[in-house]
Amino acid sequence: MVRDTTLGSRALDAVVHGVMVLVTIVTLFPVLHIVSVSLSDPQSIAQGKAALLPSGFNLSAYRTILFEDVHIPRSFLNSVCITAAGTVLNVIVTTIAAYALSKKDLLFRGFFMTYIVIPMFFGGGMIPLFLVVKSLGLVDSYASLIVPYLVSPWWLIIMISFFRSFPQGLEEAAKCDGCNDFATLIRVVLPLSMASVATIGLFYAVSYWNSFFPALMFLNDFNKYPLQLILRDIVLQNTLADQLASQGNAELARDLQSSITPQSVQYATLVVSIVPMVVVYPFIQKYFVKGIMIGSLKG
Amino acid sequence: MSIGSNTTVAAAAPPVRTRARESVWRKAKRQRTFLLLLLPGVLYFFIFSYMPMYGILVAFKDFHLQAGQNFLTSVLTAPWAGKLGLGHFADFVNGPYFFQLLRNTFLLGLYSIVFGFPAPILFALLLNELRNRHYKSFVQTVSYLPYFLSVVAVVGIMKLMLAPDTGVVNTLLTKLGLEQIYFFGLPQWFRTLFVGSGIWKDLGMGAVIYLAALSKVDAEQYESAVLDGASRLRQMWHITLPAIKPVIVITLILSLSGVLHVGAEKVLLMYSPLTYDTADVFSTYVYRQGLVNMDFSFGAAVDLFNSVINVIFLVASNRLARKLSGESLW
Repeated sequence: MVRDTTLGSRALDAVVHGVMVLVTIVTLFPVLHIVSVSLSDPQSIAQGKAALLPSGFNLSAYRTILFEDVHIPRSFLNSVCITAAGTVLNVIVTTIAAYALSKKDLLFRGFFMTYIVIPMFFGGGMIPLFLVVKSLGLVDSYASLIVPYLVSPWWLIIMISFFRSFPQGLEEAAKCDGCNDFATLIRVVLPLSMASVATIGLFYAVSYWNSFFPALMFLNDFNKYPLQLILRDIVLQNTLADQLASQGNAELARDLQSSITPQSVQYATLVVSIVPMVVVYPFIQKYFVKGIMIGSLKG
Repeated sequence: MSIGSNTTVAAAAPPVRTRARESVWRKAKRQRTFLLLLLPGVLYFFIFSYMPMYGILVAFKDFHLQAGQNFLTSVLTAPWAGKLGLGHFADFVNGPYFFQLLRNTFLLGLYSIVFGFPAPILFALLLNELRNRHYKSFVQTVSYLPYFLSVVAVVGIMKLMLAPDTGVVNTLLTKLGLEQIYFFGLPQWFRTLFVGSGIWKDLGMGAVIYLAALSKVDAEQYESAVLDGASRLRQMWHITLPAIKPVIVITLILSLSGVLHVGAEKVLLMYSPLTYDTADVFSTYVYRQGLVNMDFSFGAAVDLFNSVINVIFLVASNRLARKLSGESLW
């Protein structure tokens, strides 16, 4: 590319670099700050020394979470199980449905395509969904967090376009070798489609790990609470404190903050909930960038 | 040697001038594997997308949950509410909260789009100008970190950082000798915090789609533009932007249709009775009245109202987009 060294061009470069630096700082600072505070001792925090890097390295908050408080480890485990089970089920159902719908001569294909697109834009809403789940007897069960969210029309459509672009020659060769339709899928198409399968799997997994509203709607037994719901309790507790503070009850607010859940534990719980995602995402980005590109080609 | 169940080979056999059309039954039998593969998906949508649509009837009736009664029949047998079943809608529109909810929902949606929509585009355009591949990749990777955090985590981070006395922002303010700000207790801060955190969370991931489109632009176009003496800004205006115009329009339509469906989740986590003035939106009202207070019929009515307006917006913006730019969702 030809380099342009006019004043205008260099000014643009300066702006670009400025924005990049700004975005990097604004994105990273809150996360680093939270981690730092969770690892610092209370005095340093109060003096404002722990804004970016831990000061007075102190693991007591994490000790509390892991060994004393019973809710957090259990909810972490709940989240892991729900995410794992949900992702596997979602990927299976979505993939097999997409494979079927990718066949141009499928019986009633037009009908089915319309059938799956409509829910993207119009749904019954919160209340009817709740009533359906309730009438199926799924309320307060782990199933209620997975089954109503089994297939995302968006990802289904992306998988369909992916399967459409799969070389037909390979499938025909498989047929000639004696494979029936199902064997073709399992033995030939799937192994070569792992990139796409991995992509939707990753997005489904992120979505399950981060979801809290279904749990809020459907779960009553706090032993079944996923991590995000426990985190929400902490967030709400802060809301109460904020309310008190802004109504002039600053002292009451402070007492509330320190009595129900110590500050440091709040920070530590937050860190624990985001660590899995933060650690994993840099490694999976090559998958989802590819996935988005596939999607945008057809979209 | 058996050929297996798929007899496409036989069906595509020597072209016959008059070939009898395959009966539906025959085709279904031939494609039974595919139809079976499709079955779980179809069932899922039927139960969890279409059954709830039937449940919308609840909005037009005085529905009360009876123990042990079947969902299908209890909805059918419940009495109609008011004239033409519109009793609940009338209650809602004439109620004390209607305008506040409408205003809040609309404004939050509007601000989200006005400020939140251009941001990823601008970011993508600037990112595209970077020449060093590693630098570009690093910034991009950092930029979509917030996408992977849950809404709860993002709001949690905000609350902790903006907390009175202990939050980093307020300790800084006190150090500077300024008054503390009780961010989450003040209605006037809500919209800023809501939209700001939305941009923070969606910037990186939002830009990915645009960057994917930008990467397909032909480098030759830029070269010839430079030869014609175009400045970089002009190049951006004449080459880069038009290249992503289709993506922009589609994304805009989809965003606009969500204007009134302002995510209940985030508001639910951020608001409190103190900030209902600016924070309460249709979805959160539905949650409080419909689910927490179990006023199913009323809640469903409000939710339906919300959904219908969304669909209207979707259709209208699609039509408008097609007229103005030739691009549309369908």
